[in-house]
Amino acid sequence: MKTYLPPKFIVERDDSRCIRCEVCVNQCTFDVHSYDTEDAELKSHEENCVGCHRCVVFCPTEALTIRGNPLDYRENYNWRPEVIEDIIKQSETGGVLLTGMGNDKSYRIYWDHLVLNASQVTNPSIDPLREPMELSTYLGQKPDRVEFGSHGLTTELPPQVKLEVPVMFSAMSYGAVSLNVQESLARAATEMGTLWNTGEGGLHPKLYKYGDNTIVQVASGRFGVHPEYLNVAKVVEIKIGQGAKPGIGGHLPGEKVSAEVSSTRMIPKGTDALSPAPQHDIYSIEDLAQLVYALKEATNYTKPVAVKIAAVHNSAAIASGMVRAGADIIVLDGLRGSTGAAPKIIRDNVGIPIELALASVDDRLRQEGIRNQASVVIAGGIRNSGDVAKAIALGADAIYIGTAALVALGCTLCQQCHTGKCAWGICTTDPWLTKRVNPDIGARRLSNLLRGWSLELKDILGGMGINALESLRGNRLHLRGVGLTDTELEILGVRMAGS
Amino acid sequence: MKEAVTIDAKGIFYRELNAKLRKVVSNGTQKIELRNVYGQRYIGTDLDKPVEIEIFGTPGNDLGAFMDGPRIIVHGNAQDGCGNTMNNGEIIIHGHAGDILGLSARGGKIFVREDVGYRAGIHMKEYQDKKPMVVIGGTAQDFLGEYMAGGILILLGLKLKEGESHKANFIGTGMHGGAIYIRGDVEEFQLGKEVSAAELDENDHSVLKKLVGEFAYHFGYDAGEILKHKFTKLFPLYLRPYGRLYAY
Ligand code: SF4
Ligand code: SF4
Repeated sequence: MKTYLPPKFIVERDDSRCIRCEVCVNQCTFDVHSYDTEDAELKSHEENCVGCHRCVVFCPTEALTIRGNPLDYRENYNWRPEVIEDIIKQSETGGVLLTGMGNDKSYRIYWDHLVLNASQVTNPSIDPLREPMELSTYLGQKPDRVEFGSHGLTTELPPQVKLEVPVMFSAMSYGAVSLNVQESLARAATEMGTLWNTGEGGLHPKLYKYGDNTIVQVASGRFGVHPEYLNVAKVVEIKIGQGAKPGIGGHLPGEKVSAEVSSTRMIPKGTDALSPAPQHDIYSIEDLAQLVYALKEATNYTKPVAVKIAAVHNSAAIASGMVRAGADIIVLDGLRGSTGAAPKIIRDNVGIPIELALASVDDRLRQEGIRNQASVVIAGGIRNSGDVAKAIALGADAIYIGTAALVALGCTLCQQCHTGKCAWGICTTDPWLTKRVNPDIGARRLSNLLRGWSLELKDILGGMGINALESLRGNRLHLRGVGLTDTELEILGVRMAGS
Repeated sequence: MKEAVTIDAKGIFYRELNAKLRKVVSNGTQKIELRNVYGQRYIGTDLDKPVEIEIFGTPGNDLGAFMDGPRIIVHGNAQDGCGNTMNNGEIIIHGHAGDILGLSARGGKIFVREDVGYRAGIHMKEYQDKKPMVVIGGTAQDFLGEYMAGGILILLGLKLKEGESHKANFIGTGMHGGAIYIRGDVEEFQLGKEVSAAELDENDHSVLKKLVGEFAYHFGYDAGEILKHKFTKLFPLYLRPYGRLYAY
């Protein structure tokens, strides 16, 4: 069938600069560039270009420019080019539209409508360059009260995990991302004193040595879950849902299940790894409690058990149930949470913004007097240390980043993760492509990112005149809203700027 | 070898009971008798030694969840989630078992003398030498072998009367690996869309001979008698049942 899809991008090659080195031909995984030996010329199949800019960055003479195809259809606010193209794709294939990364639609980003406070005159700011600033965070259940004897604390504390930076790497499974990406994450987490998350694809033997900085996931597919896997980790996370596809399971396509991936997931090579939509032993809060305690039993109560859900309308009530079910950490993944593959219609239309979910969950747990019983971690579109600081002030204990970490490794959000052809070698298991991420360099890039954010967080704290993140946590007086309605301000528990 | 240890589980909360089991097993005990078990959960979880645990009474949900090696014999009925994500070991139930028997198991064997609930064998998977095997003496409820990705599931229907057949529907829905053997006939409408029935070949017969043999040994049946009856084999039609769902 002839496709009616117009090219999304225009590839411009400055012939006076092009030296026929064919780097672009090798770097592009979408078969855009080719070398015509007869004409000694490079040609472009523009219709294949996804705009990932791999070729642009690697072209040694900067001969390439990739521009969006302006697609000047007759203007129509309702029938935008994306809407038209989606219909064309479906009329040509009859399938569910798949995509990668997170929701890219124009829903309000509340972080951009919240501003932080700083000290002026009436109390002094602190200079983080010369004074100690504390970013340490302890994840885990906190007791209702503590008692001290002559030799200190006598209350037996549930397992706690210390983070040097309140930023962890979100679940990205081996299979969705490459082993080199996971190794980069694991090494950076270890170096920076934080945690990375295996996702639901099991843990490769090569990464067991980073166990002390690892969160292992138990999801509906139970891939690669066995006692050794549970015991090597610092935290065990039950995945109920994820922000990019609330209520939807996952299908890792057989093409991505290489021999290596099969060994970690513990399924035969080339078969689809199907993660059912629900966990089939969990149909209620009581059932969740059963799995939480099964995992606590399996690890002899030595590590916190986290439960991750997608932020949905009822998050606050569900979160209360999760805490009562024994979760030591609850994870909320918002509307903008990313994925290696999800139905586009779900990604773009299901779930609620993480800022609102966080505020309402924190409120609810406080109202019920159980906020101390679990740490709250949020995920889904966190872009910088400003977002982190605002999230902490809204009530989060720590933050997961996924997309930001991948961007540090080269990702340009081309949203082609589901194709397995990631030109940046991130979201692929093709051995030729995965070499594009060198774990030595990857770990350094990620550590640098966390280091930068830590320094900025300290600056933010210092500016407010506080020297510990703990003093900012849940302290919404340090936030003000800009351009928000009364209802929005009320849900966020934040006052209007100027008031 | 250490002597058998007997534990009276009456009135003990599961957490305490399992802590006791951990302790006893770490001492090198190889045989434990649990008396008066009344619904305590997670028995056998977090025990990775080849110990034999004989249970008298009714163990609670998630019996042998994540288990890696022990052998559990239940004189009574098991509840839901028996053998959940089990890695290795053996569970022998002289009675019935509840729903999601062997959920996501990757290894080990489960023998149930009587009937089981819904979704038995759901999402079991195999990998290399790891292959979960479940033999059910009675009958099963709907969604038997749902999402099955590997392993062997045998349904014997020994208590079915002459002319009576299994009632389960949606058998093997979403199945994409492994094999289900059903003694007696199943109708086409009882099957999920992703499976098909086949005659048994040489290899199937030897699998049945071995596992039904073990079943008969545990529960005092005559394997030869059981095997005389006709069996139907269900196998997945596709390795990738949902491969053609998507547009890129
Ligand atoms: S490498 Fe990326 S940007 Fe360059 S042509 Fe290929 S798809 Fe387009
Ligand atoms: S991970 Fe790769 S495929 Fe996915 S958006 Fe980033 S660059 Fe594109």
